[in-house]
Amino acid sequence: MDLATLAALNAERAARRPTILVTDLAGGGQRLVKAAEIAADPLAQALDRQLRMGKSGLVEQDGASFFLTVQAPPPRIIVTGAVHISQAMAPMARLLDLYLVIIDPRTAFATPERFPDVTLLTEWPDEALKRLGLDGYTAFVALTHDPKVDDPGLEAALRSDCFYIGALGSRKTHGKRLERLKAAGFDEAATGRIHAPIGLDIGAVSPAEIALSILGEIVGALRGPRRATA
Amino acid sequence: MISTDTDILATAEAWAREGRGVALATVIETWGSAPRPVGSHLVIDAQGQFQGSVSGGCVEGAVVEEAVEVIAQGKPRTLEFGVADDTAWKVGLSCGGRIRVYVEPVGTRAAV
Repeated sequence: MDLATLAALNAERAARRPTILVTDLAGGGQRLVKAAEIAADPLAQALDRQLRMGKSGLVEQDGASFFLTVQAPPPRIIVTGAVHISQAMAPMARLLDLYLVIIDPRTAFATPERFPDVTLLTEWPDEALKRLGLDGYTAFVALTHDPKVDDPGLEAALRSDCFYIGALGSRKTHGKRLERLKAAGFDEAATGRIHAPIGLDIGAVSPAEIALSILGEIVGALRGPRRATA
Repeated sequence: MISTDTDILATAEAWAREGRGVALATVIETWGSAPRPVGSHLVIDAQGQFQGSVSGGCVEGAVVEEAVEVIAQGKPRTLEFGVADDTAWKVGLSCGGRIRVYVEPVGTRAAV
């Protein structure tokens, strides 16, 4: 691999842009294919399939063997709310190889003591999300119950192609939330993307059980057939 | 967590920029219970230093040996390892799987 190709591959990954390196195993020839360039590539079908699965693999075409090094951005979860549930989510997400970012401007909640080894941003969600960027490999979870904190995050998530959007709250709380989002200009098709009540229905009671049900739902959205690609 | 394999590619770039001869080994095919999935990387320099894993330790020694030659010759090659030690490298995978590993030079000396 020449250095320019390797550098480009690393740069694309750092920018969280899906990229595939195609290697001709017979001759050693290589090319980098960015997501937007897949449709025009001679291996378009195979590239699209591998990227959707997020898996590297071999393909055969016209008697030649190609290896596809697939770089799908690492999936991550962005949570608003440095709360009990997100405390439980942090170690679970780590085990699942899901990178977790917690946003909460309320510095009484968002303390390093309560959240060791977690990326914790004590900013307002709209500011933090602008910098983080939301993409098809990001899940957004609103856990504060406080519209001042949750709503700006939800609005940003609904404008993005996040693969999962979830919001904590009873049906009544969610009903009021839908009214606010409608007033902000989001139609039913948009707000229908929000998983609420949040999490798989496993009868979760404790914060850790709720965290488990949310993470189960996120893994389902990531690995299941409805998985979105950027 | 950022997957380990992504750090390997960053390491490969850093080593190449330092002017070290570098090779990248990638698991391109597995059969049976292979220890590391397709796409796993191992980066090796001309002195035989390495980072990453293509088999969780079973065949790394042989891959590193081959990689040093790949760096010297500047041409990629494909290696295959199976359960028995009937391969040219007298090593195998105790787990019973088989893997194919592509080893390519990294940097300016790479074959076009």
